[in-house]
Amino acid sequence: MDSNLFIQIAYLVASVLFIIGIKMLGKTATARKGNQLSAAAMLIAIVATLLDFRVLSFTEIFIAILIGSAIGAYFAQKVAMTKMPEMVALFNGVGGGASVFVAISEYYRVFDINHEVLDTTTGVTLVLSVIIGSVTFTGSYIAFAKLNGSIKGQAITFKGQHALNAILFALLLIASAMMVNDPQNDIYLIAVLILALLLGVLTVIPIGGADMPVVISLLNSYSGMAAGATGFVLNNQVLIITGALVGASGIILTQIMCKAMNRSLVNVLLGGFGQTSSSVDTSSGSDIVVKEVGVEETAMIFDSASSVIIVPGYGMAVAQAQHIVRELMEQLEKKGIDVKFAIHPVAGRMPGHMNVLLAEANVPYDKLVEMEHINDEFANCDVCLVIGANDVVNPAARTNPASPIYGMPILNADKARTVIVSKRSMAAGYAGIENELFGADNCLMLFGDAKAKLTQVVGELKEM
Amino acid sequence: MSAETLIVLIYVLVLATFVGFELITKVPPTLHTPLMSGSNAISGITIVGAIVAAGPDPGDFSLAKILGLIAVIFATINVVGGYLVTDRMLKMFKKKK
Repeated sequence: MDSNLFIQIAYLVASVLFIIGIKMLGKTATARKGNQLSAAAMLIAIVATLLDFRVLSFTEIFIAILIGSAIGAYFAQKVAMTKMPEMVALFNGVGGGASVFVAISEYYRVFDINHEVLDTTTGVTLVLSVIIGSVTFTGSYIAFAKLNGSIKGQAITFKGQHALNAILFALLLIASAMMVNDPQNDIYLIAVLILALLLGVLTVIPIGGADMPVVISLLNSYSGMAAGATGFVLNNQVLIITGALVGASGIILTQIMCKAMNRSLVNVLLGGFGQTSSSVDTSSGSDIVVKEVGVEETAMIFDSASSVIIVPGYGMAVAQAQHIVRELMEQLEKKGIDVKFAIHPVAGRMPGHMNVLLAEANVPYDKLVEMEHINDEFANCDVCLVIGANDVVNPAARTNPASPIYGMPILNADKARTVIVSKRSMAAGYAGIENELFGADNCLMLFGDAKAKLTQVVGELKEM
Repeated sequence: MSAETLIVLIYVLVLATFVGFELITKVPPTLHTPLMSGSNAISGITIVGAIVAAGPDPGDFSLAKILGLIAVIFATINVVGGYLVTDRMLKMFKKKK
């Protein structure tokens, strides 16, 4: 059989396996198998490609694959579960980068080696591939640096930012048109590359903190689109199909995240959540008087409860408190107390961040309840423990039309009989606004490092 | 690329996008992170293009080929790292015994 036909059939098989793999990845029972299936599909696609008649330098390719595998495997094993958002951003970035390199390589191959002429269609797809890939590449690294804390995690905005972006975008369009019009001249391609890399940086820096889940999902979608665009350059269907699948999944997650914050995607992308709110919180004033609670008293409150709901937030990840939270859950369950976790869709810095952390700590996933399903239960719950969450339990979202988070769906933590908030200090959440919940009559503040404080609480509970 | 080829590719893109939307709309929040890192690994499929770009003769070190080899390294990090980290996560998801 002709090797080209064989490769095409292998790609078809791989595409089908990718689709089945993603489908299985969407159900808890089959997720792991689905991921393995899609890895098998990838292997099939890679092996088939090695049979391509254009592939001759096996040694170099194997060395490159070995280097990449070693780096990838090292990070995948080493990364702590709390660092998962960073990891996803990093892998997204290299994916986008790979698309850019492939597209530019194809450009030079056409001219330097084959001395062909680049037709308009290929030119357009090539430019698209370079643009999407570059924005994914630098955008992901900025997201990574923000999550990692190496650059300021909050929104970075400056005067004339939108104007600058608009000018750069216009220049990018001009450079792209020039490149398609006169493909021989590689200066235009380089201009497109540089402008797109810059735009990747500039579009992500004004977004920060709690908006990170949106950015990460959107960049995830871009990395798929970048692969799809490369598929157009190379006339390769398997790239287009998988790119479309990933692009669609990223867009869906992005929508879910935006909906959970009651904000439009445009609003998130334009950034500056923090600053728009600053004028509001001064007017509301900080006349909130909080009641502090000690470790022993907290343990006593838990001991006399019959149902507890735990609301985790990004602060739990920062304090690495997920393991002690599980111990607390076990202690409470030993005493016959019903324990559930309420998970807000945007808790943490990535979709599903809390779920991964609690899974790492061995909390069974059926204890984690989505917002819509648990919100009615708060009213009948004795104690609600809020760990490192803030804006997602702020009742202002329901009651105060002047609040920047007004209209955002929140967890009804304030409806519980007693609310205990474990928090490092009185600092405001990402949105920079006061949380009325902390001053409520039924709310007690447990100040200090969540891990240290909860360890003491668990110790007290053990003695009771 | 001829217009016919382009149309066929656009068909593939549009249909695959619909399949993607259908497959992923009903994913429970527990799986959002693994879905993201898993689909991220899948986007490393660019490796297929990277291998062809890095393909020319062993002695050849044209710019096109060097870029191709870098692309292979990048894409492999994406693929291997993505799948392994997703598997590591999914291994942890347990139901109540």
